[in-house]
Amino acid sequence: MKIAVLVFPGSNCDHDAYHAIKHVLAADAQFVWHKEGSLDGFDGVVIPGGFTYGDYLRTGALAKLSPVMGAVRRFADSGGPVIGICNGFQILLESGLLPGAMIVNESLKFICDYVTLRTETARTPFTRSIPEGTRLRIPVAHYQGNYFADDETIRRIEGNGQVVFRYCDAGGNVTPEANPNGSIGSIAGICNEKGNVLGMMPHPERCTEPEMGSADGRRLFESMLSHIKENAR
Amino acid sequence: MKDVVVTPEVAKEHGLTADEYARIQATLGRDPNITELGIFSVMWSEHCSYKSSRIHLRKFPTKGPRVLQGPGENAGIVDIGDNLAVCFKMESHNHPSFIEPYQGAATGVGGILRDVFTMGARPIASLNSLRFGRPEHPRTPFLVEGVVSGIAGYGNCIGVPTVGGEVFFDECYDGNILVNAFTLGVVRHDRIFRGYASGVGNPIIYVGSKTGRDGIHGATMASGEFDEKSEEKRPTVQVGDPFTEKLLLEACLELMKTDCVEGIQDMGAAGLTSSTFEMASRAGTGFIMNLDQVPQRETDMTPYELLLSESQERMIIVARRGREQEVLDIFEKWDLDAAVIGEVTPDGIARLLMNGVTVAEVPIAAVTDEAPIYDRPAERPAWQDDLNRLDLSALPAPSDLSESWLALMSCPEMADKKWVYRQYDYMIRTNTLVAPGSDAAVLRIKGTRKAVAISSDCNPRYCYLDPFVGGMLAVCEGARNVACSGAEPIGLSDCLNFGNPERPEIMWQFRSAIEGISKACEALAIPVVSGNVSLYNETMGKGIYPTPTVATVGLLEDADDRLVSWFRAEGDRVFLLGGDRVDVELGGSLYLKEVHGRVAGVPPAADLDHEKRLCAFIKAAASKRLLASAHDLAEGGLACALAESCITRPDGPIGAVVSNPFPESVRPDFALFSENQGRVLVSCGPANVAALLEAASEHQLHISQLGTVGGDAIVIADIARLNVAETHKAWCEGFANALGFGE
Repeated sequence: MKIAVLVFPGSNCDHDAYHAIKHVLAADAQFVWHKEGSLDGFDGVVIPGGFTYGDYLRTGALAKLSPVMGAVRRFADSGGPVIGICNGFQILLESGLLPGAMIVNESLKFICDYVTLRTETARTPFTRSIPEGTRLRIPVAHYQGNYFADDETIRRIEGNGQVVFRYCDAGGNVTPEANPNGSIGSIAGICNEKGNVLGMMPHPERCTEPEMGSADGRRLFESMLSHIKENAR
Repeated sequence: MKDVVVTPEVAKEHGLTADEYARIQATLGRDPNITELGIFSVMWSEHCSYKSSRIHLRKFPTKGPRVLQGPGENAGIVDIGDNLAVCFKMESHNHPSFIEPYQGAATGVGGILRDVFTMGARPIASLNSLRFGRPEHPRTPFLVEGVVSGIAGYGNCIGVPTVGGEVFFDECYDGNILVNAFTLGVVRHDRIFRGYASGVGNPIIYVGSKTGRDGIHGATMASGEFDEKSEEKRPTVQVGDPFTEKLLLEACLELMKTDCVEGIQDMGAAGLTSSTFEMASRAGTGFIMNLDQVPQRETDMTPYELLLSESQERMIIVARRGREQEVLDIFEKWDLDAAVIGEVTPDGIARLLMNGVTVAEVPIAAVTDEAPIYDRPAERPAWQDDLNRLDLSALPAPSDLSESWLALMSCPEMADKKWVYRQYDYMIRTNTLVAPGSDAAVLRIKGTRKAVAISSDCNPRYCYLDPFVGGMLAVCEGARNVACSGAEPIGLSDCLNFGNPERPEIMWQFRSAIEGISKACEALAIPVVSGNVSLYNETMGKGIYPTPTVATVGLLEDADDRLVSWFRAEGDRVFLLGGDRVDVELGGSLYLKEVHGRVAGVPPAADLDHEKRLCAFIKAAASKRLLASAHDLAEGGLACALAESCITRPDGPIGAVVSNPFPESVRPDFALFSENQGRVLVSCGPANVAALLEAASEHQLHISQLGTVGGDAIVIADIARLNVAETHKAWCEGFANALGFGE
C-alpha cells in the first residue's frame, strides 16, 4: 500500500501530510512532484495545503494545469481515494473534480484556529469508520475557505449526500456562530457523487497526535487505509 | 545616472558626511564615480556598517560551550545535541513598516527567514515583537491591520508558523512603530553554511528573483529620521513575494544536500553590494562581477541601480568550480532564475563590469573593515532625574480596586492578542506544542525527544526610566519565560531599537542598555549569538523609548517536561516563588500608566543571582513533573498574573482564591500591582506539594503557598475579587475594542 502526497510549487502542508501517514500511521507515503504524469502504483492520493503558485491568481487556478492533475483525474475516475485538504480542496474545485468555488472568508482575514466538525456521512473512504454525527476537533488555517455554489448545485450535493463535514459548535449544533468563514450551509467538506474524492478546508493531517491538541484527524487517514486494505483483497 | 558628476553635495545627498567623503577620496586616491559612491554610501550607512554601535556591541558575551556561530554571520547557531543545532536571529523592519505597513512587515519576515535558511537551517518558527503608537492615534489601527496582515501574508504562504511575540502600545511609537521579526531554524552540524567567498576562481552565482528598481537606498532610508515627507519614501520599500521565497528555500536546502556550495548569503539591505562585499571580506578575497549578467526584470538598469536594488528573494552563492551546472539545474527545477555573474579573485579588489567595461573598482577592505567607526558622545540627560522621581504616597488610591484590576486586564497591552495571532498560521509543520498565549511558545524537534521554547521580551517603560536596569530585566524576563515553559535558556538574539545616536542622551541609553543586557547574560550564562541594531527611530526629533528587544531560546531535553502558564485543574495548589520580595516597586508599572496616566520612577530592581536559581529550580521541578503550571509575574504584578493563569486556560476559564504575599502595612493597590521581579506563580496537584516544597528548599528558593485553584471568582485575600466569566470577556474583547476593530 502506497499513498502519494503531491508537491506543487508552493505546497507547504506536504511535509505534515507525509509525517502523519508515514510516521504516525506507519503507512508508506511518497512525495510526487507536480510534473509527474502518472500515479501508477499508488493506492491513495493526498493533495496537501499550501499556496500553490502563491495564490496570486484564484487559488488552485494554476495548479490544476500541472501534469499530475491529469493523473489525479484518471485515478479518481477509476475509483481511487483522493483527499484534497485546504489548498488541495481549492485545486479539486478548480479542476472540476468537485463542484462549487471558494471565496474569501467573511471576516476578510486569514483564520487559524481549532473548529468542531460534524460528520454528515460515512459513505466516503475517509469517513467509513467515522459514524454519521461524530464530532471532530480539527484546525482550520485559510484565507479563502468560504464555500460557495449556486442554489442548484447546493440542492444537488445536499440531495446526493455529498456534504461530508459541517462546522458546528461543541454540542454538534450547526450555528452561524460556529461557522468560521461564512460557507453556505456551514459546509466544511464535500465529496464527488461516487464518494471517492473528498475536499475539505480543515486540516486532519495537523491533528493526528494528541500533543497537537487533538488526534481526531487520524481517524480520516485510518479510514482511508482500511478502505484501501479492504479493496485490495 | 552614469553622467552624474560626484561632488561633495552629491555625497551629502547620499547620507555621507564631509569627513566620510574625504575618507573615500583618500582611500581611492581619486574622486569616486557615482557607482562607487553608491557602494560606499550603502555600506557605510548605519544600517549596514553599525558605525555608531559597533564599539558597544563588543561588550556582549558571545561565547559558550554550545555556541557554534556567534555574531557576524547571517544568524547565530547554538548546539542542542545529537548533531543538531538551532539557528536564529531577530531583525528590525521598522522604517519600511511605518511607511508601508503590509509590505514593510512582510519583507521583514522574508528577510529574517533568508538569514536563517542561508545558514543551511530549515526554519521551524517565527516570532514578532510589535510596538505601535497609542491605540486612539488615528494611524494606529491602520498600521496594526497592515503589519499583522503583512506578517500573516508572508509567513503563512511560506509555511513557517508564527508562534508568538509581543504587541505593545505607547505614545512614543506614534511616529515610529517597531516591527522586529525573529526566526529559528534547525540545522545539522555537518550542514552549516556560511557567507564566505572563498576559493580563487570559484564562480559567483546569482539565484532567485530578478532584480528590479525597488528598494533602492532602503538601507540609507533606514538610517535616517522621519519627517513630514516620509510618505514620499514609499518607493524605497520593497515588495515581498513569499511564493518565490518558498521556492528559494526549498531549492537552497536541496542544493545544500550536495557539496557544490562554498559559501552562500542572502541579499538583504544593500542587496547585491552588501552580499558580495561581505562574503569577500570574510574570506579575504576579491571578486570580478559582470553586472549585465544579473537577471533583470526592468530594462536599461544602470550599474548603480543593479548594485543598490533591494529586490527581495535573491541569494548569492559561491559554488565550487566545475559544479556550476548542478547548481543551475536545481534552480531550474524550482523555476527560479540562476546565473553565473562573476568569480572569486585573489587580490581583495571588487571589479564591477558592465558589458565588458569597468564601472567600479574598489578595495573590499576599504568598504568593509575600514568603514568609519564612531565613539559618539554619550551622556545621561538632565531630565532623567525628574523622570525617576516618584512619590507613591501622593498617588490617589482607587475607590474600587477590583475595577482597576479589570481595567488592566482589558487594556490593549494586557488583553488577549487572539485578534492578532488568529491571523497567523501558528500550527503548520505540526511542531507547535504550546501555541501563542503562554509565557513562551514550545516547538518539538521531530525525530528527537527535544523541544525548544522561544520568547521575545522587553519592557520599554523600564528601559526609558533606566536603560541599564531595563536591559537586565529584558534578559531576565526572557529567561524566566522559557524557564516557565520547562526549558533551560541557551542563547539569545537581540534587536536594539533606539533614537538618533548623534544625540548624547540616546547614545547613553544605547550604551547603558547594552551594558545591562551584557551583565544579565553573563550572570545567567546566556550567550548573545546574533542581533541587529536599528537607530534613528525618530520622527520630527521625537525619539522612541529605548527598546532593546531580546529573543530568548530555551532547550527542553524532553518535550514532555513542558509547562504552560494557565491553571490546569480545580483543587490544584497555588504557590508564589520569590514572594519574599515585598518592597513596593511601581516605577514604570502598568498600573501607574493605565490607572494614573504616568510613566515615572525607577524600574524594579534586578537580582541576577536570584533569577539564575529561579530558572534552575523551575526547570528541575518541571523535569520531575512536579508542576501543573508556571507563570512569570510581569506587567500588572501578582493580580494580573493570577488572573491570566485563570482566564487563559484553553479548557475554559477557572477561578482561584489566594492570599496576599505582602505585609498588611503595604497599601492594597500596591500589593496587587507592584512589579517586583523574579517572581513566578506556579501550581501543582495536592499530591506534589511536599515534594515541591522540598525541591524549593534544596534550591534555596523562597516559596509560599498562596491558595487553591477553583470556583467562579479570582480572589486576592479580602482586597479584590473578580468574576471569572466577566474578566474573561473583558480580556477577550479588550484589544479589538481599544482599536475599534469590532468583530
